[in-house]
Amino acid sequence: MSIATMTTALTDRLANNLEGSFPELIRTHQDGIYSGVRRLAPGSADAEDITQETFVRAYRALQGYEADRIRRLKLKAWLWTIALNLCRNAARSRSRRPKTVALDPGHDSPSPDSVEGDALVSVGELVWQARLDMLPSRQRTAVVLRHVVDLSYPDIAATLKRPEGSVKSDVHRGLERLRAIIETEEIS
Amino acid sequence: MTDRIASELSGLQVTAPAGLETDVLATVGLLHSYCTVLGPIGPLLVAWSPHGITAIAPLSAGRADFVADYEARTGTALLEADVLPDHWSRRLRTAMESGKLGSLPVDLSSLTPFQQAVLRKTAEIPPGELRTYGWVAREIDKPGATRAVGSALNRNPVPVVIPCHRVSRSDGTVGNYAYGPEMKRNLLSTEGLDPDAVDALAERGVRLTGSDTTHIFCFPTCRHARRTMDIHRVEFRSEGEARAAGYRACKVCRPAAAVA
Repeated sequence: MSIATMTTALTDRLANNLEGSFPELIRTHQDGIYSGVRRLAPGSADAEDITQETFVRAYRALQGYEADRIRRLKLKAWLWTIALNLCRNAARSRSRRPKTVALDPGHDSPSPDSVEGDALVSVGELVWQARLDMLPSRQRTAVVLRHVVDLSYPDIAATLKRPEGSVKSDVHRGLERLRAIIETEEIS
Repeated sequence: MTDRIASELSGLQVTAPAGLETDVLATVGLLHSYCTVLGPIGPLLVAWSPHGITAIAPLSAGRADFVADYEARTGTALLEADVLPDHWSRRLRTAMESGKLGSLPVDLSSLTPFQQAVLRKTAEIPPGELRTYGWVAREIDKPGATRAVGSALNRNPVPVVIPCHRVSRSDGTVGNYAYGPEMKRNLLSTEGLDPDAVDALAERGVRLTGSDTTHIFCFPTCRHARRTMDIHRVEFRSEGEARAAGYRACKVCRPAAAVA
């Protein structure tokens, strides 16, 4: 069974039995959403909250949808629309919050005991995070959705409500920029 | 080079934290939680949904049965949690200490409107006082439904906080309880009522007591009846007897339908 038919079947099951099938929706998509949000949210401590809230909002929205509308949903793209909104809101409220000097360690930078999930933060991951943070946000979002989350171009275009061509060029430029960043690292 | 970058980026895929699915399901109400809480006469199992407390049972009833009954009754999975959410744990403690529901949210949505009406009415009975099944039936405008009230109370999903232990048999004796008569008597004792005295009075045939200074009759455990001095207390076997003696019904415990 291909991924596509499995996804189609899940929307059918959600339309017929939302309560019974919703756990499967979480299990199918939580790793992808969490992986991407972790790269796109302002602090990795927020990633778990945002992922959780994405599914809570998805459930509440699905409760109000007609069965036909659920059957027609492109689940991945739809979930990412919700998740990206939450990432943007988190970034906004974080920038409004007065910046505190980190006398209290480990709020932004993960300390060994800060958050359960952060125990797995590797040096490589931190290096990549720093590189991604240097990209303009449009390119960063496109690159993460395409190469970390493994969304297809049509799904990314649907998520961002932008033409596929412009998404492709964001990904392309983002990768070029990452290459340039890595080359600079190697020189210095 | 960009291919290598792409493949390294795909290596950033991680697994979602272990409790995430459970947390989401609990937040949207597809999964309910329970934990143990110290109650007025011993440990209790307490379950809740996002809307309020959904079930309570003495720990002695057994966790496995509690979970199985719950899942069969509500169709929702029940998972053990460490503690009650903060905002409810304080209210639950207040409710158990005061003997009044107060602002504690109870989620009775899985019950019929009749069962809900019975339980809401029962929640109004003050601590240390008893009303009868017939009283509950009359108060919710279902005067013929005494037996149905009894069975609704027997299946009260949230005993202790909705005090079905304060509803006695129509003959005034303390009567039975879903978790055995001893638990009912112990709960009443902690509220300052002597269940043996209640039974002794009922067995003498006394249903109502009045005061010869006010000419008002009450349920014997009504706070107004209990402050009547012994020399002024009058005992009645029925409402008719009290009325024949020129007494009217107490407006607080409402032992009989008000007479115009």
